[in-house]
Amino acid sequence: MSATIHILLADDDPDDREFFAEAIQSIDLPHKLTMFEDGQALMDYLSGVELEIPHILFLDLNMPCKSGFDCLDDIRKNDKLRDLSVAIYSTSSSERDVEEAFVGGANIYIKKPSDFQHLKKMVSDVVKMNWQYHNSGLNRDNFLYSIQ
Amino acid sequence: MKFYIKFDGIAACKVIVREHMDKLGVKYEMLSLGEIIITSKVSDEVFKQLQEDLARYSIEIVSNPKNQLIQRIKDTIVELVHEPDLPLTTLSVYLSEKLNLSYGYISNVFSEYTYSSIENYFIIQKIERAKKMIIEEELTLTEISYKLNYSSVAHLSGQFKKTTGITPSMFKRIIERRRLSAHNARTE
Repeated sequence: MSATIHILLADDDPDDREFFAEAIQSIDLPHKLTMFEDGQALMDYLSGVELEIPHILFLDLNMPCKSGFDCLDDIRKNDKLRDLSVAIYSTSSSERDVEEAFVGGANIYIKKPSDFQHLKKMVSDVVKMNWQYHNSGLNRDNFLYSIQ
Repeated sequence: MKFYIKFDGIAACKVIVREHMDKLGVKYEMLSLGEIIITSKVSDEVFKQLQEDLARYSIEIVSNPKNQLIQRIKDTIVELVHEPDLPLTTLSVYLSEKLNLSYGYISNVFSEYTYSSIENYFIIQKIERAKKMIIEEELTLTEISYKLNYSSVAHLSGQFKKTTGITPSMFKRIIERRRLSAHNARTE
C-alpha cells in the first residue's frame, strides 16, 4: 500500500483555493497538495515528461483561458493520464451538468459546499472513496461518485 | 464487430500467476484466497522477476503479515459478493468462520489500515457487482437485487444512490453514452 496521496486542485478563485487547502489539512491520510490557478497551468504540469501520475484532481469548471471541461477532455484523450481520477468541483448541481461531466469522463462530481464543515467532510469522503478504487482493484471505468 | 466480455477476475488472476510461476520454474502450492506457498528454493532475482512480471497485470505480492490479513479479508468479501447467490449468513459470521478469527479483531485491523470499515467495503463491493450486472443487461434490477440479497429493488436503488450519488438508471445511461462517444470517436 503506497504512502502519500497526491492531490491536485485547479481553481481560479483564491478564496476557494485557500478554503480547500485548509479543509484538506484536516484529513487523516498522508497527503500532498499541489494547486493551479488556471487550466493551462494544470495542463502544462500534467504534460511534464517526468510526471508521476497524481491520485486525484479536483477541477473547477469555470476558469479563464482553459475551462474545466476542456481540461477534462484533454486528460481523457491522454493514455498516460488514464488512472488519474478527476473530480469536477463546481457551483452547479443540476442533473444535466452532473451527467455531462460523467459522460465527458469525470469520475466524481462535487457541488462546492457553502460552509467549511461540509467541505471538510466532503473532501475526506471523496479522497477515501478514491483510495478504495486505487487499492482494491475496482473497475475504474465504472467509478462514478456524485456528492452534494 | 462489437462485443462485450464477461469475465471472472479471480479465475483469470490464478491462471496468470500459475503461468508466470511455471515459466520461472518456481514450485508452489496454491491455497484458497490468493494464498501461495513456494516449495522450492527461489533466488532473489527470480522472486524480483516474478514481482515485476505480475505487476504488469496489477497483481501485487503482499508479504507483510498485517497487509496479508487485509488482503485476505478483501478477497473473502470479493468471493462472497461473487457467489452466484449470496448466502444468508451475516457478514460478521461469514468472515470469522472463513478466516478463523474473531470479527472484532478482523474489523479493527481492517479499519486501522484501510480508512474504511468492513461494512462499508462490503457495500462498495456489492454495488460494484450491481454495476457490472446492470451493464451486462442480462438481469433486471429486481433480479439483481434478489441476487445480492436486498429485501427489495427499492433497497438496492437506495443503497446505490447513497454509495454513488446517482441512480442506477442514470448510471446505465452515462455508461451507454460514454461507449457511444468512444465508438463515434473511433469511426470519425
